[in-house]
Amino acid sequence: MTESAYFVMDVLSLGSLYALMALGLVLVYGILRLVNFAYGELIMVAGYSLYLMDGSPLPWIIMAILAILAAVATSVLTERIAFRPVREKSLTAMLITSFAVSTLLQNAALLFISPRSRVVPLPDIFTHNFMLGGVLIQVRDLLGIVVSIAMLIIFTLLLNRTVLGIALRAAADNFRMTRMLGVPANLVISVAFAISGLLAGVVALFWLGRTASVTPGIGLEPLIIAFVATVLGGLQSLLGAVVGGYVLALMTVGINTFLSQDLVDYRQAFTFGLVILILLFRPEGLIRAK
Amino acid sequence: MLELKEVYAQYGAVTILRGITVEVNEGELVALIGSNGAGKTTSLATVAGILRPSAGSVVFRGENIAGLPPETIVRKGIAMVPEDREIFPALTVEQNLRLGAFILRDREQYRHDLKEMFDLFPILSERLDQAAGTLSGGEQQQLAIARALMSHPKLLMLDEPSLGLAPRLVKQVFDLIQRLHREGMTILMVEQNVAQSLRIADRAYVIRTGQVEASGTPEELRRHVDVETAYLGATRSGRQSGINGK
Repeated sequence: MTESAYFVMDVLSLGSLYALMALGLVLVYGILRLVNFAYGELIMVAGYSLYLMDGSPLPWIIMAILAILAAVATSVLTERIAFRPVREKSLTAMLITSFAVSTLLQNAALLFISPRSRVVPLPDIFTHNFMLGGVLIQVRDLLGIVVSIAMLIIFTLLLNRTVLGIALRAAADNFRMTRMLGVPANLVISVAFAISGLLAGVVALFWLGRTASVTPGIGLEPLIIAFVATVLGGLQSLLGAVVGGYVLALMTVGINTFLSQDLVDYRQAFTFGLVILILLFRPEGLIRAK
Repeated sequence: MLELKEVYAQYGAVTILRGITVEVNEGELVALIGSNGAGKTTSLATVAGILRPSAGSVVFRGENIAGLPPETIVRKGIAMVPEDREIFPALTVEQNLRLGAFILRDREQYRHDLKEMFDLFPILSERLDQAAGTLSGGEQQQLAIARALMSHPKLLMLDEPSLGLAPRLVKQVFDLIQRLHREGMTILMVEQNVAQSLRIADRAYVIRTGQVEASGTPEELRRHVDVETAYLGATRSGRQSGINGK
């Protein structure tokens, strides 16, 4: 009983983060067909923003909001400066550009801060835990789940109820037709990058919260997770990204739990093996676009 | 109202339009006919801002709009119903229509227009909260046309509105186009169904290999050119009675 409670808790807390990560990536992909390889660096930017504010008199929540805003600003600015000029050229040009942006941001962190890991300030509550029905619950995990699910709900409402949200969904499905209805391309793309940055920023708080530190290369793992989750869920659909995130978490936690101790080191191999298997039988992902 | 003058356009290295000249006057229903790959759809694409012409001009109400982005073109008053409808299948019918009214941004106007669309397309009011992808082909075509009308266009462009529809529905769609035309809408239409097009059009252009091969009123075209065999690549040598697009 306790075992399965821990299991569910782990899947939910990891899955919620994965879902947000994947959503941030697929939102931009849906509109531009661009896998933004600089996406992980947004998490890094949020992390270093927190680090730089460490010791300031600001309450943590304000620091967190500023860090999220830094990720949003970075996301929007990279689109403006790097992606927009090559947007009309070719998809390959954009893809290479995203690698360049990723490298640039990582190197900036290496150069101006340090190649070594830096401590990220976290609120005390992140280290608290409590017992619930014989299960030890980390407040950080619980917060992660609550915040993620709240964001998914708000996000869903915005995408269904507001004209801009509907335009975003339409653009992710058929960008050309959406423009023909008068929705400005630049507006939709800027909003998509802003939301992508927002999701990365929120993810950063909980992702970095696990180790309380940030390194220049910290963005790689979340990027791969987001990428695998979106491919798994179906690259064409926002719902797919969320489903993919939770499924990937289920697989990861499952492998961690049930694999014998001497095999746990190979858990990534097992995870990706499973992903390959799923894609062999369902190459379009778990959720179909139409 | 609209004039394509000596328009050239290409996709990559392939030149599709070779100096095409087409004119649409206010209140007219003009059809572009011709075989597959002749450049009919490309002509519409250059007007809608999807494809930038490599030479020539596209003049709409006295202004050269060639090369403007699609989101600007629709604000000038040109709405497009593309081939395959391109409705948003995951969105509801109502959301599709709301996007059609994107450039108006006026709630009162929107409600009023929505009611008007229900008069024109009663089936849409029943399907309002349904995902557009669940509609039948004919219903999707109605939705695509309604969505285009929501922007209050001065010129409506229809690309193959009868494509893929059951014969019974083909007649319905053409009757609808005729009705919109009678109510004063200026329409530029691309069609492979020559018989039906010539039945309702004021004028038509026969397009072949990116150029205008012939043009005139349906009577003139029927009288002077063997539309079917000469331009549509039909293999039958003897013509049957009348002109048949199939």
